[in-house]
Amino acid sequence: MSAVLSDIDLNSKGLRADERKEKFQLFGLSLPALLLVLIVLIVPIAWLFFISFIGADGTFSLENYERMLKRKSYARIFQRTFEISLITTALCILIGYPLAYFMSQLPTKIANICLITVLLPFWTSLLVRTYAWLVLLQKNGLINSWAINMGLWDEPIKMVHNMTGTVIGMVHIMLPFLILPVYGAMKSIDKEYLKAAANLGASPAKAFWTVFFPLSAPGLVAGSLIVFVLCLGFYVTPAVLGGGKVILVSMKIASNIEIFVNWGAASAMGVVLLVLTVFVLWIASRFMRVEQMVGGK
Amino acid sequence: MQPNLSQPKSNIALRLFYDVLKGIILSKHQVALPITVSNVTKTYGAVYALDDVSIDVKSGEFLTLLGPSGSGKTTLLMVLAGFTRPDRGSLKFGDTEVIRTPPHLRDVGMVFQNYALFPHMTVADNVGYPLRLRNVPKQEAADRIEKTLETVQLGGYGDRGINQLSGGQKQRVALARAIVFEPRILLMDEPLSALDKKLRDRMQIELRHLHEKLGMTTVYVTHDQREALTMSDRIAVINHGKVMQLATPEQLYDKPENRFVADFIGDSSFVPVTRKSDNIIFDGTVLQTKQNLPESSNLVLMVRPERIRLLDVTDANTNEINLFQAIVTEVVYQGESYLLYAKLTGNIEIAVRGAIRDGTVKNLPKNGDTVTLGLEAGDTVVISDDEGNN
Repeated sequence: MSAVLSDIDLNSKGLRADERKEKFQLFGLSLPALLLVLIVLIVPIAWLFFISFIGADGTFSLENYERMLKRKSYARIFQRTFEISLITTALCILIGYPLAYFMSQLPTKIANICLITVLLPFWTSLLVRTYAWLVLLQKNGLINSWAINMGLWDEPIKMVHNMTGTVIGMVHIMLPFLILPVYGAMKSIDKEYLKAAANLGASPAKAFWTVFFPLSAPGLVAGSLIVFVLCLGFYVTPAVLGGGKVILVSMKIASNIEIFVNWGAASAMGVVLLVLTVFVLWIASRFMRVEQMVGGK
Repeated sequence: MQPNLSQPKSNIALRLFYDVLKGIILSKHQVALPITVSNVTKTYGAVYALDDVSIDVKSGEFLTLLGPSGSGKTTLLMVLAGFTRPDRGSLKFGDTEVIRTPPHLRDVGMVFQNYALFPHMTVADNVGYPLRLRNVPKQEAADRIEKTLETVQLGGYGDRGINQLSGGQKQRVALARAIVFEPRILLMDEPLSALDKKLRDRMQIELRHLHEKLGMTTVYVTHDQREALTMSDRIAVINHGKVMQLATPEQLYDKPENRFVADFIGDSSFVPVTRKSDNIIFDGTVLQTKQNLPESSNLVLMVRPERIRLLDVTDANTNEINLFQAIVTEVVYQGESYLLYAKLTGNIEIAVRGAIRDGTVKNLPKNGDTVTLGLEAGDTVVISDDEGNN
């Protein structure tokens, strides 16, 4: 009996051991990344969560959250943050989608050059780009003096340290995050689909709306989500271009710490923002599969 | 322009009669359209993709464009569909000039090589797409979708997603989408090339039946000569942007007009022959033939391997058979047949194919044996050695 068993067994034990070893090696490769995520992401968030429930007297309390509910100014800040994020996302779609479409129709060589120009801003510091807008948009900035010289308007228009400036700057910074996934989705649309649509009787406009647009939609949704979520927590650009007139959640968190040194309040706001962001992503994931959002099929 | 027939409601016999009548009337009204291609030229830089091509496709005909890759056959199909703009020429569907009509107004059905089924739509939505564009009422559209799906043997598949289908099923859906709006011209661009061989063989027959049933003028592109021979009423062999020959499958195979066609369709060996007035001579012997010789003075004998055979010494009757002495160089066993290579005088290689029956293999000659090959006068086909320039 045992002889028969060992015949059947052959190398199965050794082969199983090899399999285990391989899996272990794979796990070992991802270990540094896992550790990094644990140390710089999970632990701080847990810590944030923890101190948001600590009151001024150092004991457990809900006062940080109660304050947010009681004071109208907090609701307004959250509302303003969502508004600006929505407007920025909408403008990014309006500017980015046609541009991505244009690029996707170009021959690959020229399209690649365009792609580099889209990516070029990434190689410059965020701060530099933001201050560049300040230079362009301010009262005696390039745009105002040029427009007045041309006779387009007489008085300098206030384009910075307000909503307009904030949105202009944010759209500029966010645009590549929208264009790249949209462009990727468009590039993967087989041109035969449009030919088929035309052959079946669809005018170019009809073919675009019934075939091209739906097929590019996953990229558009992915790009919009990335932009929207990044906008929710955006700090540098709105802080500089808003000039203190446009208060977003991120700026309120900063002032809570820098001015009021209230870690509990700051943490509570961070937690609420995090929860809202996760909620937005969760809603989005109800309508489409997550792998579609990152460009898979 | 359908005649107004009010539909009787209760009587089943009358209803049947009505349906038959309606079928007859509709089929008369919905005639297929002939296609007239005249002098179409398309160049890419210095390369002629289409070189002054003229083809008439008869109404209801199944015509295949056959040629090697890069021959221009797909370009011609794309000109018919309106996706490629030629440099000059004329294209008529029936009596209507359509060369400048954009693709979406041409009203021709097309099956694409990779099906081009819309991945974001179900099977029914794909098939219904051309109906939606034509504002067909919802209920009627649903009926026509289901009926067309039944025609391609996919009844009840309407709710499936495209990615849930096998290759053969996708092929059928693509076909259903191309015929559901009853176009009078159907174009197919190598529709079977992505299928495995067995399925391809079956679909060839099915497509053929479907064509007989629907009767629309069909232009089919393939590089597979067997497919072309199986399915077509006529075949246009295309090479370097020119039509080499346009003929029925039998004519193409038996009486190719030039060396390219003879070489491309089927297997052939070519034996150079000389011409003395109306006689053709090989190795000092006049060959018997039943054919009118082509104009050219540059002639070759085309030998199909299955038409020439090994002769037994006992074969007494050699009337009307041309005899060749040859030395065997290679014998290949291929299951249902053997393939034998032999050398004629002047080192000319020739292939001979024969069916294998019980005892055939034992009696096959060996390498180096001298054999006598026989080719009947009716199978002795002499063609112009030119590559073809008509």
